[in-house]
Amino acid sequence: MTTVFIPRDSAALSVGADLVAEEFARLIRERNLDAHIVRTGSRGMLWLEPLIEIDTADGRIGYSNVDAAGVSELLDSGVLMGNAHASRIGVVDEHEWLAKQERVTFARVGIIDPLSLSDYEAHGGLVGLRKALELTSDEIVEQVTESGLRGRGGAGFPAGIKWKTVLGASADQKYICCNADEGDSGTFADRMLMEGDPFTLIEGMIIAGIAVGATKGYIYIRSEYPHAIETMNEAIDIAMAAGVLGSSVCGSSKAFTLEVRAGAGSYVCGEETAMLESIEGKRGMIRPKPPIPALVGLYGKPTVINNVMTLSAVPMVLANGAAAYQALGHERSRGTQVFQLAGNIAQGGIVELAFGVSLGELVDGFGGGTLSGRPVKTVQIGGPLGAYLGPDAWNVAMAYESLVQAGGMLGHGGIVVFDDTVNMAQQARFAMEFCAEESCGKCTPCRIGSIRGVETIDRIVAGVEQSKNLELLEDLCETMTDGSLCAMGGLTPLPVRSALKLYPADFGITGGQS
Amino acid sequence: MTKYSHDMLIGELTRLSDSKPGIMQALQRTQELLGFVPDTAIDQVADVCNVSRAEVYGVLTFYSDFRREAPADVVVKVCVAESCQSVGSRQVVKELHDHGYDVHSGNQKDGIACEQTFCLGNCALAPAAMINGKPLGRASATSILAAAKAAK
Repeated sequence: MTTVFIPRDSAALSVGADLVAEEFARLIRERNLDAHIVRTGSRGMLWLEPLIEIDTADGRIGYSNVDAAGVSELLDSGVLMGNAHASRIGVVDEHEWLAKQERVTFARVGIIDPLSLSDYEAHGGLVGLRKALELTSDEIVEQVTESGLRGRGGAGFPAGIKWKTVLGASADQKYICCNADEGDSGTFADRMLMEGDPFTLIEGMIIAGIAVGATKGYIYIRSEYPHAIETMNEAIDIAMAAGVLGSSVCGSSKAFTLEVRAGAGSYVCGEETAMLESIEGKRGMIRPKPPIPALVGLYGKPTVINNVMTLSAVPMVLANGAAAYQALGHERSRGTQVFQLAGNIAQGGIVELAFGVSLGELVDGFGGGTLSGRPVKTVQIGGPLGAYLGPDAWNVAMAYESLVQAGGMLGHGGIVVFDDTVNMAQQARFAMEFCAEESCGKCTPCRIGSIRGVETIDRIVAGVEQSKNLELLEDLCETMTDGSLCAMGGLTPLPVRSALKLYPADFGITGGQS
Repeated sequence: MTKYSHDMLIGELTRLSDSKPGIMQALQRTQELLGFVPDTAIDQVADVCNVSRAEVYGVLTFYSDFRREAPADVVVKVCVAESCQSVGSRQVVKELHDHGYDVHSGNQKDGIACEQTFCLGNCALAPAAMINGKPLGRASATSILAAAKAAK
């Protein structure tokens, strides 16, 4: 029987994948064809969605941008045999865009049925967990430390050191909290992994639990991701029923249970302490640090907080060994980064590569330039709190330290491309506006500074006492950077200052200031 | 409070699976059941969670998802964050406005409301929208309103 793979990832759904699947199902039935449909995650070549694949003797053959109305004609032309068609892209694994990547965390996404535990195991799943169950807590933490894995949420803190702190803390209860509040515009890797390979995240969290002695985990998923919430909940139920989760993890003496907590539309809840407050059901107000959550975290207990990408890298680290993961990367950024190409880009999607690839290679090479066909003016890396960089930064190596040196930050690895029609004063104003909208309100620089920032930018653009207001804006940015309690207010000046520095003309600033 | 009596709501809330029912989770459950959080539910959530009304009110007003009035039949989320801006979401918002839908106020018209949101995680197929929970990529004002009418 021929297998037709059709994505169920919400990006694919947004361009009609469900309708395509329904039409395939209808015609397979009507024509009595020897074929069945398997719904998968997405390969991450999002400009080709809906991208369907047919299992053939030569491998999985892809047909891109399929629409429901064209399914009948596709079947007529022998798509089930992998026959030629205008939309045929060949063997998907050999597609240049994918073949050039180093898929580690995303190795299974788009390939397996996300909710089939047997499919997961057939593709290397649970190997890492089984190895971890044979190791002591110290040995697991050592493996993670040696791998060089750093937090993928943005801060880049070494995961092994965080785990060691929680392991060393004594308490009657410890927690693992997964931050899946992926609120940065231009990022969707967490969502795609949760929708396309949820067991990887579950496995990573169980390993973290065993490593530090935590028996309970929470996954905090933003409410804007209803499909990810649904898939994670189903996957947790399946893992519970199969004994992967529960009082005896894979038949061992270890216990671990998991629960999804949904967000309710608040960007600041992606900040780790605000997230803890929100999991506890309170307002998402940030907590001052210290104490660090590793010692005083959820419900006041020692807590590991890691991002989806960090925890999902863990099974591979354990399965293949720390050295294999450590061997990939650039300087102090080890392993792979799941880059996300977004915005005005011809070929947007997921590019997983070892750290160190150049920005230009991602934007022009993988991305193929802008969707509009116009020149790239700027890119914003790392979400709404990330800096804008221009094409003169194309040679920058994409890694934690090198991006900081270039005046930017990696954040969660999202890259938003803008063409030359963008007005950077408008973007700088939006950065302040967004901060004003989403500030939790706990500290003054963020809560009030952002509102004053909007007003000051407006005055600069209107040409009102420009030099005085520029000085005021700089002063304001300094106060926000140094005086805010968390990254929300602390990093908002990054996009504002970079926009102003690189594109003063957009603010109406000419050589001679008034 | 048409569909659920106070007792039924309290029953539902106390049945929350977690041993530590947070205020937010109780409010989410209320909204799931009723479509919004009526003022009369504040007392009940306070009772179930054993907190003051002020605390419930604080959580209710912090999160943008919570509604205090019945929603439109069709709720459209329109992304207005950077990725979508880069491919014309400002124009989409303007055109929706011309059709009588203001994404800032989220006003209802003909059973449809359009509300702004910051990122739906569909940034490579922007502009992004979501119509009653169904994602729509490469969205325009025309495709959004057509999908919204079809969802009624």
